[in-house]
Amino acid sequence: MALETRVYQKERTIKFGKLLKASLSDMYHSRFLARQLAERDIKAMYRQSYLGIIWAFVTPLATAAVWVFLNNSGTVRLSDTGVPYPVYAFSGTLIWSIIVASINSPMQSTQAAKGILTKINFPKEALLLSGIYKLLFDSSIKILLLVVFVFIYGIGFHWSLLLFPIAIIGAILFGTTLGLFLTPIGLLYKDISKIITFGMQFLMYITPVVYAIPKTGVMRTLMVWNPITPIVLTARDLVVGFSPIYITNFLIVLIVCVPLLFLGLIIYRISIPIIVERLSA
Amino acid sequence: MPDNNHITSINKEVLVKVEGLSKKFCKDLKTSLWYGVKDLVSGVTGANEERLLRPKEFWAVKDVNFELRRGECLGLIGHNGAGKSTLLKILNGLINPDAGKVTIKGRVGALIELGAGFNPILSGRENIYNNGAILGFTRKEIDNKLKTIIGFAELEEFIDMPVQHYSSGMKVRLGFAVAAQMEPDVLIIDEVLAVGDLGFILKCFKTIDTILPHTAVIFVSHNMPMVSRICNQIILMERGCSKFQGENVSKAIDLYYARFSNNESNVIFTDETIMLEEVELVDPTGFYENMPQLNWGDNFKLHFKFKTNNLKKVPIFTTILFDKEQRPLGILESNRNNSNLKVCANGDIEFFVSHDNLQLSKGVYSINITVVNEETNSPMLRMNGILFFQVLHAEEIWQPFLLKANYENC
Repeated sequence: MALETRVYQKERTIKFGKLLKASLSDMYHSRFLARQLAERDIKAMYRQSYLGIIWAFVTPLATAAVWVFLNNSGTVRLSDTGVPYPVYAFSGTLIWSIIVASINSPMQSTQAAKGILTKINFPKEALLLSGIYKLLFDSSIKILLLVVFVFIYGIGFHWSLLLFPIAIIGAILFGTTLGLFLTPIGLLYKDISKIITFGMQFLMYITPVVYAIPKTGVMRTLMVWNPITPIVLTARDLVVGFSPIYITNFLIVLIVCVPLLFLGLIIYRISIPIIVERLSA
Repeated sequence: MPDNNHITSINKEVLVKVEGLSKKFCKDLKTSLWYGVKDLVSGVTGANEERLLRPKEFWAVKDVNFELRRGECLGLIGHNGAGKSTLLKILNGLINPDAGKVTIKGRVGALIELGAGFNPILSGRENIYNNGAILGFTRKEIDNKLKTIIGFAELEEFIDMPVQHYSSGMKVRLGFAVAAQMEPDVLIIDEVLAVGDLGFILKCFKTIDTILPHTAVIFVSHNMPMVSRICNQIILMERGCSKFQGENVSKAIDLYYARFSNNESNVIFTDETIMLEEVELVDPTGFYENMPQLNWGDNFKLHFKFKTNNLKKVPIFTTILFDKEQRPLGILESNRNNSNLKVCANGDIEFFVSHDNLQLSKGVYSINITVVNEETNSPMLRMNGILFFQVLHAEEIWQPFLLKANYENC
């Protein structure tokens, strides 16, 4: 059997195409490792906690509750959303929390594996994949809760609800792509993760998370151009059974994301040794 | 090297080839991070220029070359910070070199950190799967090896207990048990086997011994007897450069020790009643930088002169021989039963102590002395390194004694 040969040198002689192929093949072959890591983290988290899974949706629930209260008490006046407001608010905050989690995921997974990254050579793509597995796990529980909401508020079942997970996968794809680009720099400088937390708070207000897009004005322009808007709206429309009017934009965002995701993977692959060097020191 | 573990043959394939390898590091964190950003950009765009030092940088590894074939073992020695671990990281593909090239063929196994990926909350059994997955095993492989692993680690009883309640030795045992299942072509070993009890260490080396003949091994250690036992090639690193390189393992080890040579005697304990005035090796064959030399098999005779504070009775003298690593090798019989030493009128005690046909193997040795009260056994004086001497012999062996032997047909 011919032995696999590895070459390490300064110059990057491998072309992008080959790198991508290697990256995807590593990701495919590290399924077991990724699953093992995800399982490990999930198990460890719940084994040492009584409330366990509740923590996954406590933030979106709380945010939604605040807005429901603001709306019901008349503190803020929101335009009609067409569905019971609690469902509107909760579906919004929930999808939002999934997007935020997926932006953070690549960086968090890599950061958490710092100890082994500097000691052992293993396919790093497994870290990304394990992050996605964890996101899918969290999201599926959140979706279940949302479905319960939908039935409690009497919206009932629509066939489009079955498409909802696809919208969520779109949200994860978008978030991961964005997160992947921030990861190399974010691992070097702690500032990046602070900026993400900080920036996402503001971004939420120019996304139709807890209120609808206004008819006119600057806010409308910002919201319409915000790439997260079609994701949130399409996902919500699928839940409540409206016809998703932003579906075209949603698809455009996803189509743009795919090549970017690949580029992100290539950059990630190139940057890991450079970052490990700075981390281990 | 009298070591039959190695099957050295020229036509074995070269598994590791290192050419002109260099790596620079930065001394300052902020600058290092900024260089990191720059390197990211040049890495992505594939820029291909400078290899010079930027401000605040230094060469952690500089121009290292070697080749390693299957069945060979390369020892990497050097004091802390000499660049050994950095070199290992490059060989393991964790970081990229700044110049030069590494070509490695085959499956690479690294015993750099044992138990990577362990989660303290989870049980030993679950962590075998975590660790195994990181080391590149498939689920099926681990399923098959699970029993062997648990047996090897001797943890049958505790395997379902959370790893956080394991002792550090138990964790290392479990980690090594998983790692021992690797069947690498190239094995990289950093100082990981220091923990664990004796039985387990012996087991580890037994495993490594069985792996050695069909693997190219790179071994980093500060344990020189171990290095001389298993390595047939050596690189002594100093400040990133290879200071000595070749097949003369013992020469490199001597150079390594020379850096730490500290030929000063020190008093560990004294009750002020007795002092060492003079000690010398009688009839040395020669001197090397003031260190007396003896041929192997010569008579070993020491001359001692002590000054005492009105001591009436002769105390008990114990002389202990140490090797370069401060491991005790032997003790000369004390003067308790078989001597008629006397205290001189002026309070001095002066005597010879000798041992015929010294059979210590080639190397440098030192002597400690302990003086205790003859009746109460309470210590009066303890001194380390009162004398250093060298034993000369043509044959290089790592065991401390070369014992004279006769062979005859029966």
